[in-house]
Amino acid sequence: MKLFPFAIAATIVVAGCSSKSSNATKDSAAGAAQPAGAAASATGSSDAQLTGAGATFPAPIYQKWFADYAAKTGVKINYQPIGSGGGIRQLSEQTVDFGASDAPMTDDEMSKARGGPIQHIPTVLGAVCVTYNLSEVTKPLDLTGDVIADIFLGRITKWNDPRIAALNKAVALPNRDIVVVHRADASGTNYIFTEYLTKVSQAFSSSPGKGKEVQWPTGLGAKGNDGVTGQVKQTPGAIGYVELAYARQNKLPTAAIRNAAGQFVAPSIEAVTAAAAGVAKSLPASTDYRLSITNAPGAQTYPISSFTWILVYKNQPNADKGKKVMDFLHWALHEGETEASSLDYAPLPAQMVARLDSTLATIKVGATP
Amino acid sequence: MTEIVARDAAQAAAATGVPTRPSRSWTEIGSEIGDRIYSWSITGFAAFVPILLLLIFLAVGLAAWPALRTFGFSFLTSSDWDPVAGHFGAAPAIYGTIVSSLLALLIATPLALGVAVFLSEFAPPWLRQPVAFGVDMLAAVPSVIYGLWGIFVLIPFLREFLMPFLRDTLHLGVLPLFNGPAYGSSMLAAGLILAIMCLPYISAVTREVLLAVPRSQREAAVGLGATRWEVIRDAVIPYARSGIIGGIILGLGRALGETMAVTMLIGNRHEISASLFAPGYTMASLIANEFSEATGDLHLSALMAVGFVLLLVTFLVNAIARWLVWQTAKER
Repeated sequence: MKLFPFAIAATIVVAGCSSKSSNATKDSAAGAAQPAGAAASATGSSDAQLTGAGATFPAPIYQKWFADYAAKTGVKINYQPIGSGGGIRQLSEQTVDFGASDAPMTDDEMSKARGGPIQHIPTVLGAVCVTYNLSEVTKPLDLTGDVIADIFLGRITKWNDPRIAALNKAVALPNRDIVVVHRADASGTNYIFTEYLTKVSQAFSSSPGKGKEVQWPTGLGAKGNDGVTGQVKQTPGAIGYVELAYARQNKLPTAAIRNAAGQFVAPSIEAVTAAAAGVAKSLPASTDYRLSITNAPGAQTYPISSFTWILVYKNQPNADKGKKVMDFLHWALHEGETEASSLDYAPLPAQMVARLDSTLATIKVGATP
Repeated sequence: MTEIVARDAAQAAAATGVPTRPSRSWTEIGSEIGDRIYSWSITGFAAFVPILLLLIFLAVGLAAWPALRTFGFSFLTSSDWDPVAGHFGAAPAIYGTIVSSLLALLIATPLALGVAVFLSEFAPPWLRQPVAFGVDMLAAVPSVIYGLWGIFVLIPFLREFLMPFLRDTLHLGVLPLFNGPAYGSSMLAAGLILAIMCLPYISAVTREVLLAVPRSQREAAVGLGATRWEVIRDAVIPYARSGIIGGIILGLGRALGETMAVTMLIGNRHEISASLFAPGYTMASLIANEFSEATGDLHLSALMAVGFVLLLVTFLVNAIARWLVWQTAKER
């Protein structure tokens, strides 16, 4: 009957992706997996010389970089913002020349990549802001990590809870239920936020723990930064979390959060750069840049900050493409970084760029792995 | 042409009592081959659809197998969806899909039947076309628009007015069904939006079926002294019953598979709650939300398993519908 078209339409998309995990016809299956993006080989413009896929959070600045870089050098780069998880999968299957992710790859994911060892290259910094809908409150709220954790665990359920009131003595908090809004989709934002909460809350780290998607014990789920924003804006008493660039562009109220030094710091590009600067001063000797900068030391640091990474193979078998990727990364780390703050991203600290230059030099281009 | 020749030949054979084979011209042979090619090709086209369906089942089933093997029957009964720990249970999504769809039917069916009866029996001709057109247009609105409308109009309305009204003013809060805090995003919101979305399907089919009821059926009832209402209740609707059920099932199909609008309104929460005010999840929303960023092979496979279950549920519903239509048709 006419029932079938709905079922079929829903499942064709699903079916297209399925063969990827069951058998390994990599290009076509991975392409079909993301009708909107991914199919770089099929839908990408024929003159694009490099393809990348991954995180949506840095996509605006990456797109700007690629446009500027193409204008300058003529090298066109096709980037598909399909999400960090998708970027990692596509890089692992070697359907793209580079991946991008807001969450570092796990050792397990790295061991499964087909093209051998992977290098993480930090590009810019981002942060996650806690936003809320309290029409009565005009001054930014002050919150601590463990209070945020307990709100998202469902242990603090009223806005005038003594623990929130103790942090905001100057604010008359309403006797209103807290409506928790979290991401329903897996995302790098989730990873950064939960990674921070597991560091500052024993209860949160035992359950639900950290991940791109976790089992939230309470609240409403919404898809994407825009979904969370919409839900928070529409629900009096709601609290949610979104990325810094998104919060700034939409002028959302954001909470100042107490950092490791005991200071309440509002989210800003400077405060995020400060978080990275502390880490950059004492970089470990290894070139594995999977560094966490949540709850970083320093009086000025915003505690829910993170790098975002471009992922490349350490051995680039294709000499031509490999060289183009390296040239681009070098350009991005030098010229590209200067554009970051105008698009609400924090640039890397200078010490880090110097270290990354020497790391880029170790990537083998054109050598057989 | 061929038929006439064949009939003539048969008559001739009957007349003479001797079965003669007519001499066959090249044109006849040509058209016979044409017939055969035609018959083979349409058989092929017809076979293509079930084969495609089978392949979809196979592809989804294969991809779902690792998750189904790992979790077994508990995949259908567990409410635990924890990608960090790697436990997946789809019970809340299955429950949410079925409850939101049934709720939608419960609301949409009486409305749609009312609209259809009005349009086919009562509406003056000048009103019939515009109203029918308006109802049909509801089916053409993209679901993301329904979702946006839901977020900006329906949810605030539910939260500020309908939910407090049902719970406190009518004191229905004593029932678990209408209990709990009024977030707005809820099973009720999903059911309402789905009701609006499947209403045009049910009413369009029902209207056509009612219009197809023969005049004599009505005239006979009127002749027996039935009032206008009795004509509709006792003569028209029973006659059209199997068609109406078909329309309802078509609406149910729309409701079961709807993704976008529901995702925006249901609250996306892995939990089974007795209250319609509580947020929930549906299978289609779950896949839409999590597929692009699934964190591991097992997570991906679990989502495929959800897709497989959704496919089975739609299949099952369709089979039941067929059976119902067949039963009611037989009774008549």
